[in-house]
Amino acid sequence: MGRLHVVTGKGGTGKTTVAAALALALARGGKRTLLVEVEGRQGIAQLFETAPLPYEERKIAVSHGDGEVHALAIDAERALLDYLQMFYKLGSAGRALKRLGAIDFATTIAPGLRDVLLTGKACEAVRRRDKRQRPVYDAVVMDAPPTGRITRFLGVNEEVAGLAKVGPVHNQAQAVMRVLKSPQTAVHLVTLLEEMPVQETVDGIAELRAAGLPAASVVVNMVRESLPGEEQLLAPHRHTDQLTGALALAFSHAGLGGARAGGRAERLVAPLLAQGREHAERVALERGLRTELGAQELPVRELGRLSEGVDLPGLYGLATELHDQWHPGEPA
Amino acid sequence: MSTPPATDVLDVDPLLDDPATRIVVCCGSGGVGKTTTAAALGLRAAERGRRTVVLTIDPARRLAQSMGLTELDNVPREVPGIDTSAGGELHAMMLDMKRTFDEVVEAHADPERARAILENPFYQSLSAGFAGTQEYMAMEKLGQLRAGDEWDLIVVDTPPSRSALDFLDAPKRLGSFLDGKLIRMLMAPARVGGRAGMKVVNLSMAGLSLVTGALDKLLGAGLLRDVQTFVAAMDTMFGGFRARADATYQLLQAPGTAFLVVAAPERDALREAAYFVERLAADRMPLAGLVLNRMHGGAAAGLSAERALAAAETLTAENLEIDGIVDHRPGKSVVRSAPAADAEGREDPEDPEAHKAPQAPVTPEDAARRTGRADSESSGAPEVSMAAEAPGASEDGSPAPDSPADSGPRPSVADAADAPTADAPSADDAVELAAGLLRLHAERMRLLARERRTRDRFTTLHPDVALAEVPALPGDVHDLAGLRTIGERLADQHAEAAPAPHRPAGSR
Repeated sequence: MGRLHVVTGKGGTGKTTVAAALALALARGGKRTLLVEVEGRQGIAQLFETAPLPYEERKIAVSHGDGEVHALAIDAERALLDYLQMFYKLGSAGRALKRLGAIDFATTIAPGLRDVLLTGKACEAVRRRDKRQRPVYDAVVMDAPPTGRITRFLGVNEEVAGLAKVGPVHNQAQAVMRVLKSPQTAVHLVTLLEEMPVQETVDGIAELRAAGLPAASVVVNMVRESLPGEEQLLAPHRHTDQLTGALALAFSHAGLGGARAGGRAERLVAPLLAQGREHAERVALERGLRTELGAQELPVRELGRLSEGVDLPGLYGLATELHDQWHPGEPA
Repeated sequence: MSTPPATDVLDVDPLLDDPATRIVVCCGSGGVGKTTTAAALGLRAAERGRRTVVLTIDPARRLAQSMGLTELDNVPREVPGIDTSAGGELHAMMLDMKRTFDEVVEAHADPERARAILENPFYQSLSAGFAGTQEYMAMEKLGQLRAGDEWDLIVVDTPPSRSALDFLDAPKRLGSFLDGKLIRMLMAPARVGGRAGMKVVNLSMAGLSLVTGALDKLLGAGLLRDVQTFVAAMDTMFGGFRARADATYQLLQAPGTAFLVVAAPERDALREAAYFVERLAADRMPLAGLVLNRMHGGAAAGLSAERALAAAETLTAENLEIDGIVDHRPGKSVVRSAPAADAEGREDPEDPEAHKAPQAPVTPEDAARRTGRADSESSGAPEVSMAAEAPGASEDGSPAPDSPADSGPRPSVADAADAPTADAPSADDAVELAAGLLRLHAERMRLLARERRTRDRFTTLHPDVALAEVPALPGDVHDLAGLRTIGERLADQHAEAAPAPHRPAGSR
């Protein structure tokens, strides 16, 4: 059975990067995954340093162990025409709709309908089978809208099913909701260990649960590592002199200038210590936030901060980290 | 590296103080501190003497609380606790989309019609916030606030749109939709879908009928009827809608408006910012400049990342050699860095040349080749989880006699202080700490370099955009004092003395 992984997160938390890394991780071992973009930003193409994605599924990367990642940037207008085609041969009527501005209306003026198309297209990819009735994709990973909008985005078909009470649209909406609410779907919330994103994640989990949608895990991105000897940094300045002296000596030892009082090595101590303290305080703050996330009773995965920014090697590294933290037996 | 281009400094104080400035719009992608910037600007303007209102859309809870906002509300509320000695005031509100929409309906339709609209199921879904409604309603509210002429200055935060400029397009799109054929089709009488009338109607009507027939089958008769009822009921309001949409758009182009594009020094955020800048220019919207949040500053900038790393490695090696002690925490490193060697001489990810699109799919070998990290897959990545060594570190047998009987494992500063290690730094500890500090410094220097590269790339491509940088704060902002600090940092652009010729902000 194919799976739908919906990756959401507050803006700036690296949701697209995590979605791409997840698609790479899940493709390992000869699997095939589809990475879906719904917000028209071409973030996936940027990430994989490739030309902008057209509205068609194409292989974008090979993962370790012969896996394949395909990608699709869903274009709402084209998806709508697909969607109409699903029910009717709407050749001429489809063109007429377009002339009338109905397509524009559906995809931009009433963006709720756009969400119907986007979720519908993703579910179609999940359910699609090849000639031998095997799922075409082992997993579909969606780079979804931000946490603040995710519940409404995923729930839009319920709203539609309520509005269109009978007919094919109603049935289609119901079918999509069945996939989204089933164990086939997993919503992953990406966050940073900062107050606002953590708050938004906690709220997002509560909203998803209230709507009966499967919140599956939290991915903490850009984690700072703690510093050896951090306790000394957070300790009150009891032994500042000894510490300064010892550090100056060490710096000098490492070839960073003479150790004498007021020398170059010693002048490094204060700014570097201040930097270290700031870091240690931040790490301490992060512990509290981590505890808050831990209380959500979801698996929490952590990804390190890439000091060089997100580039391709970094992305593959993140995929490895995710892969290593995937629980054995957890369906992909 | 070429020297960064001289960019104009964005001076926010003259902008905020100028009585001609009536609207400041903060736009930018999500997560860059847009709402915080809007709030900080509002507070600063108020404390400098202007009667200011901040219109926020979906602010984070703590930020809303810092301005005394506790719920969605359509009326600006005065923010307590600000310095009013200069004669200003600060009011704030969080946009309530549904109520704004309802108010528009109530204001423009007679009571009976208004009720019909408000009770229509299609309207209820639409107004309750299908994404996109936010943009229309934000612009609507801005128009209302401005029309009241009650405020010296309105600071607007923009919605976290999927496409950053939805809010600009909203009035136009709505306008073109309302003029469109679709509306007329939907308004067509109930013969829609019927076959009987086909012969007498003209060809285009036949086309319409075909379409509505298809829609009807597709949507189910009920929905189309709801939509038609809705459109019919809204009919009388369309003129008003259209006029307001146009007026708001013109308001945004007017000289009293200043756009600030907000970004963080990251590739994606600045790419979005560049898109904004171009789009604002295309729409002849007055751009005041770019606010670059969360720029990191560097202490000991004379010590390069490479030297710091080399020194750290010397220390780690000597630690082993001199003391013969295998390090207490093997495999731990502060920086998940590539070897120092690839800090130089690798492909610059910001380099436009590097963006030549490869036709073939990316492979792990490609990826690895770019930094020579071929082993990133097989060799264990550095340990990620810190949870294991988080709190409780001081529990392991340290008696802590002078601490009151308290509290269980709690990672407090006091605990750490009572731990024996803090009493007198042993030579060993100091060496380890020194190495850690050096690695941290190296990481910071690389971050700085990357942030500057990213910024310079933007300023090279957009040399006319005035720039203000806001240094990163160590913690999160959630009170007025924090907002005030942000405002001060935003206004104080001369500390770093970019000696660029200075043009008045807001001119293009």
